[in-house]
Amino acid sequence: MLKIKKLHKMKNFKYLAMIIALTALFSCNNTSEKNIDAAGVKKEKKVNGDEIPEMSIYNLPSHWTSQNGEEIELKDLQGKVVVMVMIYTTCKAACPRLVADMRNIEKQVPDEKKDDVQYVFVSIDPETDTPERLKAFAKENEMDNEKWLFLRGTEGDTREFAAVLAVNYKEISPMDFSHSNIISVFDQNGEMVHQQEGLGVDNKETVQAIIDLAK
Amino acid sequence: MTLSFFCELTAQNNKMVLVKGGVYLPLYGAENKTVKVEPFLMDIYPVTNADYLKFVEEYPQWKKSNVKPLFADKSYLTNWKDDETFKGLPNAPVTNVSWFAAKKYCECQGQRLPTMDEWEFTAMANENVPDARTVEAYNQYILNWYETPKTFNNPIGETFKNYWGIYDLHGLVWEWTLDFNSVLISGESRKDVDKDSNLFCGSAAIGASDLMNYAAFMRYAFRGSMKARYSSQNLGFRCAKDVEN
Repeated sequence: MLKIKKLHKMKNFKYLAMIIALTALFSCNNTSEKNIDAAGVKKEKKVNGDEIPEMSIYNLPSHWTSQNGEEIELKDLQGKVVVMVMIYTTCKAACPRLVADMRNIEKQVPDEKKDDVQYVFVSIDPETDTPERLKAFAKENEMDNEKWLFLRGTEGDTREFAAVLAVNYKEISPMDFSHSNIISVFDQNGEMVHQQEGLGVDNKETVQAIIDLAK
Repeated sequence: MTLSFFCELTAQNNKMVLVKGGVYLPLYGAENKTVKVEPFLMDIYPVTNADYLKFVEEYPQWKKSNVKPLFADKSYLTNWKDDETFKGLPNAPVTNVSWFAAKKYCECQGQRLPTMDEWEFTAMANENVPDARTVEAYNQYILNWYETPKTFNNPIGETFKNYWGIYDLHGLVWEWTLDFNSVLISGESRKDVDKDSNLFCGSAAIGASDLMNYAAFMRYAFRGSMKARYSSQNLGFRCAKDVEN
């Protein structure tokens, strides 16, 4: 697969080429998965009452605290279309833009459907982002109402939740993280139906996904 | 809480050894920042097919036919003939397990997956020293392994015993870590990550050899390419545990 001799001469900039090569290498088994993740695995079960579909995030038994200090489980969100993003409040670069993206998406949902949609920010820095901090952040961004939910969980639950959303993140110094910028849309049963990746990207499809789901 | 209820399996601590910890500069980390690894316990060997069979017997929700697709993709235990019949050696490492499954297995032993820093720190060791990253033979060993096909069929314990008394960190299978999703390099994340170029500074700072960088880079790139429900035939895991005072 690789020639050792060449490696001796390899300079750092060559790593970029390797990233590309490796991505191709490792993703060969995964190509089919990419779409499944976004599209949600076949929805065999129509759900009645309390039953949770197998691909639902409501299968995760994690516990969270809101900006109002309320203890909630993810499945408390069941019944609404959920739009979710992971951020941290001390973030200077990407997060303000993600917040703007969320606001922008919310604006485009027609009034009669707004009540059926819950927007959720999940902190990737639970140590810093106490409920008080989240509350202050909500106020700063004029998002201090029930439409916007800010959540903080344990480190383990946060890592697991990120894994489900395919959001990667890493602390690079205290209160500074590198992270993927992904906005996810879940249906009323917690199954992922759409993901938007990147900052300030065209959100037409995301908005459409929400409108299609919301009642 | 639900955890303690569902995981009453007795812990198998006799398979673990102490890694005393220390400070190291990871290849992939914050700018020039060394990382302190606290003392912890780590499995001497990766989890085997036989171990994993015991687990699914105890926790049938992790059997191949029962596992929720949220937690494992279709290749989960793909080589098993049925729910309770693995293929290959009982003492070969279990592979084709998702991160969720590996994490749950460890939790059910009263343990956890090792963090990426714990794993990388421990895996710097060769037979004689805790940090062999500048030893050419050590790097060559890893790279030779990368070129050897199907080592996942081999039994555990046939590679070298490292400084800490741990086997198979190199030479058998790659292993899940608790925070594998803290790596921000993969085809898809290139476009959506703000500053991942800053994360590769360990290499320049240590003035390390290209071979060493390459060996570690492969691991990080692999981690960056995985999702938690994916599984792969060359990817297994082992457990770790905090030291109780």
